[in-house]
Amino acid sequence: MISFNLLVLVALGYVAFLFLVAFGAERRAKAGRSSWLRSSTIYTLSLSIYCTAWTFYGAVGYAARSGLEFLTIYLGPTIVLIGWWWFLRKLVRIGRSQRLTSIADLISSRFGKSTALGVMVTILAIIGTTPYIALQLQSVTQSIAVFAAHSGESWQDDNLAGAAMWVAFGLAVFTLLFGTRNLDASERHHGIVLAIAVEAVVKLFALVAVGVFVVWGVAGGVGPTLDLIDASVQSQWAPVPSRWIGLIFVSGAAFLCLPRMFQVLVVENADERHLSTAGWAFPAYLLVMSLFVMPIAVVGLDLMPTGANPDLFVVTIPLQEGREGLAILAFLGGFSSATSMVIVATLAIATMVSNHIVVPSWLNARTPGAVVSGDVRDVVVLSRRLSVGVVLALGYIYFRLSGGGSALAAIGLVSFTGVIQVLPAMVGGVIWRGANRWGAGAGLIVGFVVWAWTQFLPSFGVDAALPQAVFDVGPFGIGWLRPQALFGIEGIDPFVHAVFWSLGLNAGAFMIVSIVTFPNPLERLQGAQFVKIFDYSTGARVWTQSTAQAEDMLVMAQRIIGGARAQSLFQAEARSQGKAGFLPDVTPEFIDRLERELSGSVGAATAHAMIGQLTEGTMVSVDDLIAVADETAQIMEYSNRLEAKSAEQDRTARALREANEKLTALSIQKDAFLSQISHELRTPMSSIRSFSEIIREGDLEESNRTRFAGIIHEESNRLTRLLDDLLDLGVLESGQVQLTQKNGDLGDLIERALVVAGVEGSDLKVFRKPTKETVPICTDLERLTQVFINLISNVLKYAVAENPELRIIVRSQTGQTFVDFCDNGPGIPKESQSMIFEKFSRLEDARMAGGAGLGLAICKQIMAALGGDVAYLPGQGGAAFRVTLPSNG
Amino acid sequence: MASEADEQLGEQEQSVKNTDFLGAGPRIEFLDKSAYRQRRIRDAASFLPVLAVILMIFPLMWPRGVGEKSLTSYGMIYLFGLWFVLVGLTFLLSRVLRFPDVSADSEVNAEGTSE
Repeated sequence: MISFNLLVLVALGYVAFLFLVAFGAERRAKAGRSSWLRSSTIYTLSLSIYCTAWTFYGAVGYAARSGLEFLTIYLGPTIVLIGWWWFLRKLVRIGRSQRLTSIADLISSRFGKSTALGVMVTILAIIGTTPYIALQLQSVTQSIAVFAAHSGESWQDDNLAGAAMWVAFGLAVFTLLFGTRNLDASERHHGIVLAIAVEAVVKLFALVAVGVFVVWGVAGGVGPTLDLIDASVQSQWAPVPSRWIGLIFVSGAAFLCLPRMFQVLVVENADERHLSTAGWAFPAYLLVMSLFVMPIAVVGLDLMPTGANPDLFVVTIPLQEGREGLAILAFLGGFSSATSMVIVATLAIATMVSNHIVVPSWLNARTPGAVVSGDVRDVVVLSRRLSVGVVLALGYIYFRLSGGGSALAAIGLVSFTGVIQVLPAMVGGVIWRGANRWGAGAGLIVGFVVWAWTQFLPSFGVDAALPQAVFDVGPFGIGWLRPQALFGIEGIDPFVHAVFWSLGLNAGAFMIVSIVTFPNPLERLQGAQFVKIFDYSTGARVWTQSTAQAEDMLVMAQRIIGGARAQSLFQAEARSQGKAGFLPDVTPEFIDRLERELSGSVGAATAHAMIGQLTEGTMVSVDDLIAVADETAQIMEYSNRLEAKSAEQDRTARALREANEKLTALSIQKDAFLSQISHELRTPMSSIRSFSEIIREGDLEESNRTRFAGIIHEESNRLTRLLDDLLDLGVLESGQVQLTQKNGDLGDLIERALVVAGVEGSDLKVFRKPTKETVPICTDLERLTQVFINLISNVLKYAVAENPELRIIVRSQTGQTFVDFCDNGPGIPKESQSMIFEKFSRLEDARMAGGAGLGLAICKQIMAALGGDVAYLPGQGGAAFRVTLPSNG
Repeated sequence: MASEADEQLGEQEQSVKNTDFLGAGPRIEFLDKSAYRQRRIRDAASFLPVLAVILMIFPLMWPRGVGEKSLTSYGMIYLFGLWFVLVGLTFLLSRVLRFPDVSADSEVNAEGTSE
């Protein structure tokens, strides 16, 4: 038999321990040794405030009444955390980059830093959370009462109320001490976070200890426990589909929307990467938390007298079995669950109340411009402290008024459904750019009203808030407004009915109103930043150039975030602008940064309003937005043009380089040609001169004289040919050539060319297909023959193979006739192929002294004049030229 | 504080440049092997909650009132088994999932993070 006083002593000792833990954590953090305080383990454990006393005690009661349905409350959050990559990561990133202080701040900030929306979410959160705080107070006092009864004392309502008041008072002191210490609400509260992490371990350990005791100590092992379950009143598992799905959905949504969950998930998050640990570790925590719930419930049903409150089985079973140490541990577990929830919830609500209701009202009550001189810092801290007190007092009052009856136990799900009315605005705001504040406001109001009508008011019981007649025939006899049969659809489970209609109409109003209304520029900016949070790390500009003085800003910042921090912020900014001192230039970027910094303390809406007063409304307008977009588009177009230009320049440069190479090569060849042609001219000239001198001196034999005269004649012919070629080329190039069109046959032309080129006397073998050569042509036959002659003489000159061959192939294709001259010589190297048709070009070959390098150039010019072409044909095993005959037009 | 923000600004400009010159956008169509694997792991991480929902709703289709499937003990074993497997899968994914750089999560950088 433990004395009741021992329990009180243990509880007080535990509280003192928690204070020490929190105090130690704050000191370590201040000393800069806070790295382990920021670990993912602490983060995961802090999420456990999801498991309140409602969970610790209530889950067993739930299981005893409704079987496995209690699991849905944990399966919902499990899904959300398993899918952390999809949504939680985005939420946490937004929370960090926007320095959000609460869920009301998220909604307000997303929808154009709207004060009205912040107020609405805050009120909704207060209404949803106050009964929940009352529930925690109730569970603590009830468990104390169990011990009191056990030790022979009988507790009256007065004793319960007194205990509840002391608990509430203690929690208020704790929250004030560690929750309102630093003004920056977006900073971590190390003391609180560590304390709730410790409490998380305690409650898990306590529940597992009771579970292990029940399964192995009482029931006698796993097998017997399962048998016991199948023998109990809950032996049949018959989930109601709509409730099963609805409860999983609501608990998952509540995990995101509960103010206290948002506080630990987003605001107290130190590192995004912790999510990947919490993603599996917290579901594992929930699994262990709920593993023994069903066994405790059935063992309790089996063991305890009928009529015993199943909500307290966790404490009463060990007491019944005489395990008082275990009972005290269980009590501490329940106490931990209750207190950690209350502390964080109170802190979250207090931040919301102070940032979204008190400070904006205080600012409004002052004349514009007076902000600078007012002491905002004190107001914020004071309002937050008062809010903590007020929220806890509200919880206590609710607890007293409700009488702590069973009505309170049902409030858990009611509260969940109320709070998740924020879900459409939150999810919509984060994934849909088109969502705007009118839509969010409409959705919240509709959702809140429908929830209040279908679930909150009926939750007080028939004839309490709503008379029986309203349930039966509707308000004022309007049947389709009956709170549990909206639009006349009856027979739905009341919980599912409320969730479906409140959230459905909420989401519908949110979307429809968003679609038909127009957002203001700030909303559009914020919308883009929230939805594309992974694309932008810093925000777009909200402010345009203003006339605000840096000094005024510094004064204001000091009033809000304190002298030292404001000064270092301004100094750093000035330094980054390359200025000394504390007063940077007031650029739009700087105003943005300052606003963000301030919003970490007083919320986005208030910070925005305060900056707005100083800068006198030089906020960005729709025109500015469009101008910025235009500017971006222009820059993009400009850079695209630059890109195109530089590509074009590249091409030009390449062409120029090629031309230059060609010119250089030509110039070299021209020099070579000049010396060649001088040589060519000189050689016949000198033989003509010397032989004519010999002849002039006389007394020569007749035979010699004839021979010498023949040489002179031959040499002058050579000279003439050379000069003819040069003249010919000149004429062809200048385009003054006279053409004489005649009809003829291609075969005849080739035949004549072969004869003239002197193939018959040489060892060149010619392959032809005379049948193919009978092509009638009409052109300047003389000139064309000249081309053939030149090509064939080239073969004669350059084909150095042992058995030189020439193939002449005539081919007709698509109205055009080609004549290919292919030899079996070495061909023309690739690098020379582009040069051979140029004037003066000759291959570096010792054997070609006979020509002046004009032959192919002349061919090219003739063919161009005739309207055909001649080109080198690579890849034929030797040198090959293709003559394209002018089409017979 | 200020310098940090400046760095971020710098990065933003950088990425704007990258996207502009590509014209159509910064999407990279084909990734190397490890970056490709990361993408598929992210797909798995996104798919897991869907799988969880389907399997949690699945028991609603079981026959009721007859056989052992309708027993609470059977349901407990199924649900906790499922839960355990889901925790295990999420754990495995969290081991192999590389967190993208906090300041840069665009497609452009996706390839840059590969080793």
